[in-house]
Amino acid sequence: MHVTIDEEKCCAAGQCVLAAPEVFDQRDEDGIVVLLKAEPDESQHAAVRDAAAVCPALAIVVHE
Amino acid sequence: MTGVVVVGASAAGLSVAETLRRQGFDGRITLIGDEPELPYDRPPLSKEILSGQWPNERVWLRDEAAIAGLELDLRLGVRADGVDPAAKTVTLADGATVGYENLVIATGVRPRWLPGTEGVPGVHVLRTLADARSLKDLLAREPRLVIVGAGFLGAEVASVARTAGAQVTLVSDLEAPLADVLGRDLGALLIGVHRERGVEVVTGVLVEQVLTAGGRAAGVRLADGRTIEADAVLVSIGSVPNVEWLAGSGIECGNGVLCDEFCQAGPGVWAAGDVASWRHPSLGTRLRIEHRTNAAEQGMAVARNILAGGDPVPFAPVPYIWSDQYDLKVQIYGLPRGADRFALTEGSVDERSLVGLYGKDDRVCAAVGVNKIRAVRAARALVAAPTSWDAAFHREGTKV
Repeated sequence: MHVTIDEEKCCAAGQCVLAAPEVFDQRDEDGIVVLLKAEPDESQHAAVRDAAAVCPALAIVVHE
Repeated sequence: MTGVVVVGASAAGLSVAETLRRQGFDGRITLIGDEPELPYDRPPLSKEILSGQWPNERVWLRDEAAIAGLELDLRLGVRADGVDPAAKTVTLADGATVGYENLVIATGVRPRWLPGTEGVPGVHVLRTLADARSLKDLLAREPRLVIVGAGFLGAEVASVARTAGAQVTLVSDLEAPLADVLGRDLGALLIGVHRERGVEVVTGVLVEQVLTAGGRAAGVRLADGRTIEADAVLVSIGSVPNVEWLAGSGIECGNGVLCDEFCQAGPGVWAAGDVASWRHPSLGTRLRIEHRTNAAEQGMAVARNILAGGDPVPFAPVPYIWSDQYDLKVQIYGLPRGADRFALTEGSVDERSLVGLYGKDDRVCAAVGVNKIRAVRAARALVAAPTSWDAAFHREGTKV
């Protein structure tokens, strides 16, 4: 699995951090998504798929 | 197996389809939408699309390849006309009939109009991409714009229109706009920012009539007799759930499609998104939420419950909404409406950077942040798990 993010689309909802805190974080100043692991461990794949699905800005793309 | 029929091809409907595929469902999925466009996202319509920050193509929920990858029976630009739950069929306006084993109703809402104003040139609403394009064309002419209704939508359009150089009057029938959802302090903060930016804000008065000249909108007359001249009027006074097409089907509707805690409205019938009214199990109340995050989450929940067979899971989200106005980002977890107390845990109204909690019956019922993105996310935990008001402030550190 490879994860990419689109900072310009991110609306700082933080839903991804709630879904997969080991893979996503947010910048302090504006809440824009920070990708912690572009190649998440298999144990996190389901959470990452949820994060991408629930992102209200469609800023997360999962390549599998 | 006759598959899943999803009526409504916006955020909730697409979320159902995607989640079904993601969970391995390989049966037929029919996705029906009455708009001709591929599924698109609505929150940017009143923000980045209206302001021109984004090109129109960024509004698509998924690109064509991703939609094709879902292998849908996609029927766009055609309205569903009715359901026969006994025969398990949906009839479409083009005369087609589609059978289902599971039906998901995700037909959303439509704007409420002021009586007699629908179709009057110069009177706008904002719900669809076509609405946004037409409003954007208007803003390019730096018009005098009256916005009727000062909820989040009206306030967001006011901020974009003002920034684009329009002369904006925001009219609310409430004495304290946005106070119903945000409380008095924050409602006043936001309205104050609009005034500071040069928006004329008129409160506590109903719009009685849209005035016309030569068949076009020319302003409004207020209930107190005042008139406001304008080149155009935006009506943003809330929405109506799209349930009329279900009349006579036996599917129970009221303020939306009435569902149980699993988002189920009857055998093999489900609802998701703005149109769905369901029993929130932990809040113990019926909710219908017209917000983007809920559409995606509820669509996921319905897809999973369809696949769960006899073992569905109640849908118990912590509602989340956000609103962008000028340089303010407002984020809310939970339901502030009906709160009996409010206190700040961080920042201040003067700094325009704060986190606050709303309480009801001695429990924290919502957390709000203004330009405090990480901190409000941390406060979400106090909403997600039942937390007493005192315990929240013990943990958060009091700053009342």
